[in-house]
Parts: sequence; structure tokens; C-alpha cells
Amino acid sequence: MKHVYGWLLLTPAAILLVGFTHYPAAATLFDSFFSTGTAVRPSRFVGFGNYAALAEDPIFWQVLGNNLWFALGTIPTAMALAMVMALWVNQRLPARALVRMAYFTPTVLPMIAVANIWLFFYTPQIGLLDKLGALLFGAPSHNWLGDPDLVLPATMVMVVWKEAGFFMIFYLAALQSLPPELEEAAKIEGASRWYFFRRVTFPLLMPTTLFVLVNATINSFKLVDHLFILTKGGPDNASSLLLYYIYQVAFSFFDTAAAATLTVVLLVLLAVLAVAQFLLIERRVHYR
Amino acid sequence: MRVFKTRIPVLETGAAWLLALLWLSPLLYAFWAAFHPAELATHFEPLAPLTLANFAKAWTYAPFPRHLLNTVILVTMILSAQLVLCTLAGYAFARFEFAGRDIAFGLVLVQLMVMPEVLIVENYRIMARLGLVDTILGIGLPYMASAFGIFLLRQTFKTVPRELEDAARVEGCGFLGVLLRVYVPLARPTYLAYGLVSVSYHWNNFLWPLVITNSIETRPLTVGLAIFGAPESGVDWAVISAGTIMAVSPLLVAFLLFQRQFMQSFMQAGIK
Repeated sequence: MKHVYGWLLLTPAAILLVGFTHYPAAATLFDSFFSTGTAVRPSRFVGFGNYAALAEDPIFWQVLGNNLWFALGTIPTAMALAMVMALWVNQRLPARALVRMAYFTPTVLPMIAVANIWLFFYTPQIGLLDKLGALLFGAPSHNWLGDPDLVLPATMVMVVWKEAGFFMIFYLAALQSLPPELEEAAKIEGASRWYFFRRVTFPLLMPTTLFVLVNATINSFKLVDHLFILTKGGPDNASSLLLYYIYQVAFSFFDTAAAATLTVVLLVLLAVLAVAQFLLIERRVHYR
Repeated sequence: MRVFKTRIPVLETGAAWLLALLWLSPLLYAFWAAFHPAELATHFEPLAPLTLANFAKAWTYAPFPRHLLNTVILVTMILSAQLVLCTLAGYAFARFEFAGRDIAFGLVLVQLMVMPEVLIVENYRIMARLGLVDTILGIGLPYMASAFGIFLLRQTFKTVPRELEDAARVEGCGFLGVLLRVYVPLARPTYLAYGLVSVSYHWNNFLWPLVITNSIETRPLTVGLAIFGAPESGVDWAVISAGTIMAVSPLLVAFLLFQRQFMQSFMQAGIK
């Protein structure tokens, strides 16, 4: 009887999960072996043809590279900032609640709204960044979002701003769970604050760091909303990311086979990260 | 408690405040631009008179009330379905022994990694087949069975002492009665945390709603805001700021009022 009840309770959720997660994932894999059908030419089996075409697609490699730089540029910076923020608001800082609120606020704002605001900072000449640059340093105007060399870093700065406060709360939780005796002991021994951080706090935060690292990496593949406002992936795909490219290929170029193939690549990347997460976190990497 | 806490050096306090100011400045700037005429968007006169004209314009340029209504319907619909579905499934995983349970649980967890927005291409096709393209139900449906919710509630239900369940059974409760009278009330903090995270997530969600909607009657705030704020739309900066402020203010006000609860919920959501 317990078997029946168990499955009965699970059924409604299971139907939706299979319908919108497992089935579409399997169908995507299946579709990636077929060509895109048109009115004249129906879809047909092409084996690994779509994958071969993808390997030849320079935009795919560019976008994948962008994703890598995007992850490398945002994650360590945001995490380092998050750790500093957490250390600050964990101390007897005047107006601590206000400071903590300031750090965290970007997290609750939608990326679309954030990008709307930042777009104006980056606008050449009339934008705030150029105005400030001209006023303070007499710097010439930059087309921040129009220059292929500047556009990815420009979006990364905004994402660091958006994410650091979110990572901060995990460090804050970890710091608050550290026994206060450690700090007392260090103080009695006369250890400097920097020494204490380097030899005690930082190593003890290692599990949190790994946890945040893996989650941030997974997240970096899903953060694409800002591109719709700021750059549309341009110029020349210089700021495009994998998920945004999937969207373009599927809904602007209507090449569903290529989009399915790209989605499979994204799914494989996420699966690899899932395994990494399992190995690093489920097995608990503890400081010895 | 923490008697030994050191007071931090003045320089560090200054740096912490400066960073806080820097972090708030984009938002403060948006407020400045929204409440002043467009000419003042880039030069600051502290005593310039405030105006609500930008809000009035934004309100008429774009169907904000409709988008707001859509978002409220969407968020409410998703959350209520999630609460029911995840409670039932979480209860099944926490307290029932059934064939294939561990495999089923593993399959549920797959969704933590493969969120519906990753599968936009295929999910769009499914919605087309179901005739749900351009409906609010179509936006919400893929998110209703949330792996994260199931996981969170399973963990919470597992901590409920068996004795309480046994006592309720002696009193004559069936298995659904036990769920409603024992498990659900005891999991109230989990429901609150989950609810906050779910509402914030779907209030801010963009990619899937963009893909699946194409009319004013279904588009949520984020999608409406993206169309409104696009450079092609030619709307001036102050009005875009006003629109942006309008779109974020409900959630922002909620956050400012329940800061601690928000941060704790987001943390719980991250740690799982």
C-alpha cells in the first residue's frame, strides 16, 4: 500500500518534471541528429552532421570562448569582493545593517532593470562614465559597448556588481558559524588580523569557497538577460554567450537543428559541472 | 556575545562605506534620473525641483498596469502550484518507501541543473503542441514542479519526529491528515523561505517569458520593460528610469521591509 501512496503523491510533480525537463532534454539530443526541416525539404537523419557543422562554426567557438572569459573574469572577482564584504559586515562596523543592505540590494533587482540603468553609464559621450572620465581625467570618449575589446569586460563589471552581494551571504553564514574562541585565542597570542585571516579564517572558509565557485560557474552559463538590453551579443558577437547564441539561432535564424545541437553542448557542460559539484561538495572537502 | 570583537580601523570602515555607496549608486542614480526632467540626467543640481512627469509618461507609453497584473498572476500561480506539488512529492520522498524511490529522486534533482530556460527550444515546441504559446499558464507550467522545492521540503519533513506522526495516527488521521496537521505546520519557516525565493525568481525571470509570449496581455513586467527600454524604442532616459523604478519597486520595497528574511531565504536556497 505504501508503494501506491508514494507514487500517487509523486505523480503530479513527476508528470510535469518529465514533460518539461527529461522529455525535452531527450528530444533535444534526438533532434540534434536531424536536419532542420523546411516546407520543401522535410527533416532527415544526418548523423553527426550537425556536430560537424558546429565544429566549423567560428561563432560557436567565439561564443564558447566568451563564456570562458566571462566566467574567469566575473567569478574570482565577485568572490574576492564577496569575502571582503562578508568580513566587513561581520565586524563591529558602524551602520552595519545599512552597509549589508547596500551590498545585497543588486541581488534582488531583475537583470533587465539593472541593464537598463547600466546602459546609460556606458553610452558614449552623454553616458555617465564618459562624463565622469572627461570631468576628472579629461579622458576621451569611449564607445564602451561598441568596441569588441571593451564590451565583454564592460558587461563583466556589471555582473560582478550584481553577484558579489549574493555570494557575500554565504561567506557571512560561514563566518558566523566559526567558533569565536579562535579569534580570542589568536588575540591572546598576539596574532595580527592579517595573519589570523591568512592562517585561520581563509582556510576555514575553503568549503564555502568551493561551494560558491561551483554554483557561480553553473550560473555563469545562465546569465544572459543583460545581453538583450546592452548589446544583443554584439558587436560581431564579441559579448555573446552560449545561451544567448542558442536563443538567436533558434528564434532569429530559425535553425532548430543547430539550436538543438548547441543545447546538447550546454547540457554536457552542465553535466560535467554537476559531476564536479558532486565530487567537491557532496563528499565534503574539509580543511584538515 | 562576542566580547572580543575588535573595533575595525577607521580606514577600513571608510572603505566599507565607500564600497556600500558605490554599490548603491546605480540605483540612487536611477532614482535621481526618474524624479528629474531629462535635461538633468547628467548634470547634478542638488536643489533641482522634483517631478513625477516621467512616471506619468512611462505609465502611458507602455501598458505597465497590464504587465504588472500579468506578473502578479504569474507569480501567484507558480507559487501556489509549487507549494501543492512540492509538498506532496517532498512528503512521498521523506516518509514513504516505494519501489524506485531513489532513482526517482535522482531524476528530480536533474532539474536543479537543467532549468527550463536551458531547454527553450524544445519547451517552446511542446507549448506549441499544447496550444499554450502566448499564455500565462505557458510561462508558468515548466516551473511548477520545482526540484528545489521538492528537495527543500523533503529535507524539512525528514526532521519531523516520527512520534508526532504516530500520535496523529492514533487520533485517527489518515496519511493526508498527517501531512496537513503535522508536517505542513512544522515546515512553515521552509515554506516562507521557499516562497520568497520563488517570488523573487519569477518576478525577475526573463528569458523563458520572452520566448513564450508575444502580446501585451501575457507579457510580464521584465519582458515589457525590455521592450520599453530597448534603444530602438526612442524613449528618453528619464522615462526609462521611471519605468525601471516602477517595475522593481514592489520587490525592492518588500526587500527593504524584510531584509533579514530575504537574505536568510536566499542563503537557504543556495545552500540547499
